[in-house]
Parts: sequence; structure tokens; C-alpha cells
Amino acid sequence: MGKMTKATASPDSGGQIEIIEQSFCDQSAQANLAAKYLTFNVANETYGADIEFIKEIIEHGSFTRVPLSHSTIRGVINLRGHVVPVVDLAQRLGYESQAVNKRTCIIIIDMDDEGEKVDLGFVVDAVDEVVDLSNIDIEVAPSFGLDIRQDFIGGMGKLSSGDFIKLLDLKVVLSIAELSNIAAGK
Amino acid sequence: MSDGAIEIFIQEAQELLENMEQALLSMEENPEDEDHLNSIFRAAHTIKGTAGVFSFDYVEKFTHVVESVLDNVRQGKLLIDGGLIALLLTSKDHIEVLVDAAAVQQQDPDEKILDYDSQLVSDLEKYLKETGDDISEKSNGNYVLETPNETVGNESDHVEKVVNGKPVASENWHISIRFSVEVLQHGMDPLSFLRYLQSFGEIICTTTILDNLPKYKDINPEHCYLGFEVEFHTDASKEKIEQAFEFVSELSTLQILPPQAKISEYASLIESMDDEHFKLGELLVASGALTQRELDEALKIQNDILLTPPDTDKPRIGEVLVESKNIPKEIVDAAVKKQGSAREKLGSSSKVLRVDADKLDELINQVGELVISGATTNLLAAKIGNEDLLETMSQMSRLVEEIRDSALTLRMVQIGETFNRFKRVIRDVSNELGKNIELQITGGDTELDKTVIEKIGDPLMHLVRNAMDHGIESKEERQASGKSATGVIKLNAYHESGSIVIEVEDDGHGLNREKILEKALLLELISEGQVLSDQEVYRLVLEAGFSTSESVSKLSGRGVGMDVVRRNIEALRGSIDIHSEMGVGSKISIRLPLTLAIIDGFMVGVGESCYVIPLDMVLECIEMDDVNTNANNAEGYLNLRGEVLPFLKLNEVFSEKKLLNTNGNIVVVEFAGYKAGIVVDELLGEFQTVIKPIGKILQNLRGISGATILGTGDVAVILDIPNLVQRMVQESGVGNQSASTANTINNIH
Repeated sequence: MGKMTKATASPDSGGQIEIIEQSFCDQSAQANLAAKYLTFNVANETYGADIEFIKEIIEHGSFTRVPLSHSTIRGVINLRGHVVPVVDLAQRLGYESQAVNKRTCIIIIDMDDEGEKVDLGFVVDAVDEVVDLSNIDIEVAPSFGLDIRQDFIGGMGKLSSGDFIKLLDLKVVLSIAELSNIAAGK
Repeated sequence: MSDGAIEIFIQEAQELLENMEQALLSMEENPEDEDHLNSIFRAAHTIKGTAGVFSFDYVEKFTHVVESVLDNVRQGKLLIDGGLIALLLTSKDHIEVLVDAAAVQQQDPDEKILDYDSQLVSDLEKYLKETGDDISEKSNGNYVLETPNETVGNESDHVEKVVNGKPVASENWHISIRFSVEVLQHGMDPLSFLRYLQSFGEIICTTTILDNLPKYKDINPEHCYLGFEVEFHTDASKEKIEQAFEFVSELSTLQILPPQAKISEYASLIESMDDEHFKLGELLVASGALTQRELDEALKIQNDILLTPPDTDKPRIGEVLVESKNIPKEIVDAAVKKQGSAREKLGSSSKVLRVDADKLDELINQVGELVISGATTNLLAAKIGNEDLLETMSQMSRLVEEIRDSALTLRMVQIGETFNRFKRVIRDVSNELGKNIELQITGGDTELDKTVIEKIGDPLMHLVRNAMDHGIESKEERQASGKSATGVIKLNAYHESGSIVIEVEDDGHGLNREKILEKALLLELISEGQVLSDQEVYRLVLEAGFSTSESVSKLSGRGVGMDVVRRNIEALRGSIDIHSEMGVGSKISIRLPLTLAIIDGFMVGVGESCYVIPLDMVLECIEMDDVNTNANNAEGYLNLRGEVLPFLKLNEVFSEKKLLNTNGNIVVVEFAGYKAGIVVDELLGEFQTVIKPIGKILQNLRGISGATILGTGDVAVILDIPNLVQRMVQESGVGNQSASTANTINNIH
């Protein structure tokens, strides 16, 4: 492994979990072989997402509800002076909205929409860890037997424990076009 | 060459081309106007020059042809007419394309452009040829006429004219040379200079000056007593002509007077020069009207005069130059004027500053942050309750508010430039449609935020095109209905209660209510038997896919457009209003907020949340208990001093829990002439609202227009009142009760 990853969680002291990356050798040579995935819990299921888009993880705090919007949009938050909309991931994946618990977090991602950077957050019940998965560890999602929309899943990741996790394709799950239609109730 | 320089070139070229277009369009109405002609010429000339510096050969080559044609027009050899103006307009467009290819894409233009290039060049050359023939005829004529008249008797007359500083034939140089007696002794042949002149020009006529010729017996055969007055036709510069006499410059008196046409060219050249020359002499030399030698001589004379009588004022260099007959007074005058304006500009250059738009945006953002953190500090101060602190804070708040206002005015731009662009559109399209259409612009000096201006161009274009295509009738139709054959489109802008209103008005046949209803039924936008007010009917044309025009023309009629216009305007937190009268015309008013950055807001509490209503819309607040209301769940109406006021209960509409045990307050809002009441739980007061974009996901959401960050760090949603009310009207539009709300709104209007 060329990279060392450290995830520190300190929800009590300010509530930021930082992902610190240190690169020791040429990354591009390794790019094909391994990617990093953040795993988290939503509605008692473990999911993974490529950390490529993930900017930061913040503690669940106060929301401002956006009136007249669909409940999939949890609301907006103030992220250091920027207003960022937050999506209820559980609802987006088709589950019931989950009650806020001690470990509930908001993952902030930086999406690229038609060349424009869009900040967006989504709520997860708990953040677990960052795992390295090489291409061999990732299998194509099964064509049936899934409880969420097929195109949401980018693949199935095999953890070292032997368990499979669903790797979310954030570009589809948090597609700006789709979400804006949902928000407006179309 | 650095990118920065190219950037400036592109910008400058665009500005010049825009000026050129405006001037061409004005010339169309007033072909005699020399100011406009000069500014067109200057634009072409400057672009050619700068393109040369960057070696954008295609631009330079093409612009040169345009410049030559323009030059002929300026000299009066070519009459400017509609055809030529049209050709020059397309040439201007072509230059734009070439500049784009060369400077922006940094590559040679493709074949298509080049084909077009050569086609335009040949069109332009047709005009050049016309004048070319004229030139040769004229000069031949001159030659034939002048030669036999070349007698001593006529000579004094001739010299007289020249001494007055007015050359005879307008396109010829006048060279006046008096050889010193020693010329022959130095081994020079005076005639050889004249022959040399012929190598780069044509000697139209020569007058030999025999004034110095002594009596026959006194003649020294080794002395030269002759002088020449030469009419010389050439394209070469004054410098070059002077160089021809380089060998005798010490031994003779030489005066070179530019042709009449050249004088105005020098004058305009001087006018268009950069402001780097502040000395009159330098200015003249730089323009080519004066050579360095002439200047040096004049300076010497100036100093000599200065030395002799110590009391007198130092003569001005311009006077010395005119005195010495080296240069016509016109040019000196132009140079003096330029010198004055250059000095003035030097003085006023600190008044106008070009600033990168990004830097300005950054400043506005920072001011926004300042406003927010100011609010936070205010909150803390209020909590602590220290009086001194509170006083200082209120002073600071005032300052912050002032900074905010000044920062925002930095971005304010006049709308006139946007309006002026339509002159060309109207001209081209009316030609295309075979209609006579006149554009009238008022309120061009109305200012609004640059971001808004940038985004309003396209919607306006749609509206203007629509008005031209569908609004204004054909000439025959107009005449048949007793209107003047020329249709009028009016663009107007003015400020009104914190918004800017932009109007596009035409005197065409107006909207056809029946046709719209018919089409709306067809598109299932309305149901059979629905009663709609005129306003509601006209609003239907803003729906997607709506077009009542039977024929689809190149310009409009495909039903895309109006809904795009509406969407664009709504994205700017604006609204559209349509007024129309059959046979008289229609007027579309666009109402836009002045700025998209920071507004004065009025904060209200509904349930647990805070919302911001733009303060400009708030008329008054009343307590719910004080008035008689008639309400069902979320909506109702009340009697406001004898007026019917429809209202919305926000906590019902937003399904917020009611926390306070009051009936609430009514905020009376007004927008685009409508009045409505918004029922809220609490009034929290005025508040400087920094508008934050709410993100793409929520952009399509109607009823909210943005978000802001409060002093506490919480986010508050800014309500889009017009949209909110409209949404309510629409949602309940089919229902029986609220149709009355809809109608009431329109009736109030």
C-alpha cells in the first residue's frame, strides 16, 4: 500500500472526522489496483462509497427545514458560511427515515454537475471506517435480490472479514437532476 | 506576446466593433454625420493597427480593405448608402469572427470563413474600384488643366494659396523647396530630387520659382537660384518625402504640406492615439504630421525667440510650427485638443478604474460575511447587555450597512448598453421580415446589478423578436388598419420600489384572447368553461409549448421561448406581466430585483422556523385580531380598510406546528401591483439579508428564492412571495373556493 489512511472520530470535541491521506509514492501507478471506500450504516445495512467525492464528515447538528420540499431533502445546513442541502439517504434508498442517534453523521460530498462544483450532504446512521478494496475485491452487483435500486449499486465489495458490502454509486444516488425533481415534488 | 495583452486586444476590439456598429446604425439614419464616420474609421484603423502588432494577419488584411473603403468615404470620393452600410455591418461581423479565430482560438480561420472573407473583400473592392477610377480621371484632369497654366503670371497666385497653408488639390502633397545658391557647388542636381520623387509617387505639377533670379549679368553659372513648388501625389509618409531631400536639407528651405484629406486623417489619428504623448511636438511627430527634423528646427526657433526679448512670453511650439509653415493649423489644433484631453484623462484616470469582476464578487462575498458576523456580534452584545458595547455595536452596524451599500453600487451598470444592442437586431430582422420597425429606447441610464444585466439579455432578445415577428403586422396590414406603416418597438426601464422594471412594448395587433384560449384548451392547460381574466389568459402564453402563430417562422413561433423567458426571469427572482389590447399593441413588463447579493429582509417566525420576506415587498403589518377575517384552512380573505385582501397562513401552508398561542400577524405584501397578506406567528423585524445560493437541488423549488445565514449561525429560508402566492392560486385553481382568490388577486390588480 502506498497510502496510509487514518480516520479519527471525535464527535464530542467539535464533531469532525477527518480523513487524512498521506501519499508516499506515485499514486497513479496504484490507482488501478486499489481504491478507498468509506463504509457507513444506513437503516442497519452497511454501505460503502468511493472517497473520491467525499469532502468531510460532520456531526449531525441543527437543520433548517426547507418548506414545500419533499422529505427526502432533510433541509439545509450552514457549512462554514455556505448553505448546503442535506439528503436523507435512508429515504433516498427507499427505507423509512431513521431516528437521529448519537452516531448519526452528515457526509459532505463535492459533486461535479455539468462542470460546476456542487456541495451536498447526506445523513447516515453511523460512519465505520475507510477500507482499501482492490479491483479483485469488487464484484458486479447481482442482477436481482437487492433491496434497493439496481443502478444505485456500483458493485459489491468483499471485506477482509469475508462480508460483502454494497458500494453505492454516489453519482446516481445523489444525481443532481434527479434530486432536484424530487425536491420540487415532480 | 502575453495572454494578458491579447486579452486586452480582444476586449478593445469588441468595444471598438460595438462602437462601429452603433455608429453605422446611426449613419443609416443620418449619412452626413461626420462624427460617426470618423469613429467608424477610427475603430477600423485601431483594430488594424493592433492586429498588426499581434500579427493577426487575417484580421489586419481584411480590416485594411474596410479601412480603405472608409477612407474613400471620408474623402468624399464615395457616397455612403444603405448598401454600403449593410456591407460594412456584415464586414464588422466578419472582423468579429476573425478576431475570435485569431485571438480567442489562436488559430487560422477555417475555409468557410476564408471563403466568406474573399467574398466580402471582392464586394468591398467593387466600391474601391469605383473610386479608383475616379482618382485617375481626376488626377489626369488636373494634370491636363494645370500644365498649360503653368505660367509665371499664374504663379504668384499659386504661391499665395500655398502660403496661406491651403494646398490646392485635395489629395496631393505640396512640397515647396528653395535651394540654396551653393547646391550646384556641392555637386547636387536639383532636378534629380524631383526625379527621385517620381520613384514613389506622381508629380502632378511643378512650378518653378524664379523670384531669386538676379539680373542676367549678375548670374553666376555655378549658383542655383531656383525654387520649386511641387504638387505631388503619393501614399508615402511625410518622413519619406522629406528623406528624398536628405542631401540638400542643409542647403535649402523645405516645406512639405500634407494633402487636405491627409490633414483630417492626421487630425483623427492624433485624436485616436494613446495618451502617452503629452508634448505637442511629440504628438505631432508620432502622428507623422511632423518630422523630427521639423520639430527640432521649430524648437530651436522657439528657444531663439526666448533668448532675445527676455520679457515676452515663451511662444508656444504650436504657434512656431504654424508660423514656420511646416504644418497646417488644423493639425496643430487637433493635436492641442488631444493634448488637452490627454491631460484631462491623466487627471481623471483615477476616477474610472477597470476592475476584474471576480475581485468585485469576492469583495461582495466578504462584505456578506461581514454582515453575518456583525449580526452575530450584535446578538452577543445584546446578551451581555453592556451599554457601551451596545452603543459601539450599533455604530458599527451602521458602518457595515454603509459598506454594504457602497459595495453593491460598485456592481451597478446602466442598462443602456444592453438596449443599444437591439438596434442592430431590429434593423436586421425588420429587413428580413420586410417590415418597417423603429426602435425607441428610454431609461437607458437605469442602473442594475451586472449579474442581472448579463442574464437579462437572452430573455429580452426573445421578447423583442417575438414583438417583431408576431406583434408588429406587415406594412399592408398596418396601413389597412389605419396605422402608420412603420411599427414601433419601445424598450423602457425604470426603478420602482426596490425593483427594476424593463418593458418591451410594441404597437402591433396585440394578443388574441380567443386564439390563446382555443390553443390552451387544445394543450389541456385549461378546462372547458373555465372563466379566466385577461391577465390569466395572457399568462398562458408563458407556458411551455405555447404558440398561437399559425406559421412557424425562422425567428419564432415554435413555442419554445416564452416559457424559457419565464424560467430565466423567475431564476432571477423576477416576474413577468403582460398587458395587451387587440389592435393597439402589447406591453410585456419584466420586474427584477436590483441585486442578487444582499437585500433588506423582514424576518418572521412561523412555528419553529424563521423566514425572510424581502423588505421591499412589505407594505405593513397588522395583528390578526384587529381585523375581520374569513378563512378556511390555509387561505382566506379579509377586509383591509375596505379592500379585499386575500391571505395565506404560512404555518398551514408549510405544515409547521403552531407554537405561540396567538392568532398571529398579517404581513401585507405587494408585488407587481398585487397585494396579499401572509399570516405568520411572529414578527422578528428588519434584517440585512445576505442571499446565499441554496444549491442546484432546491433551485427548482417554487416558493423559496434562496437562503441566508443568521447571526446565530442558523440558516433561514428567503421566501419568494410572488411565486408562493401564484403556487397557491394554481394549486387550488381548479377548486371552487380558491378560484375566487385567484380572481380576487387579479381583480385587485
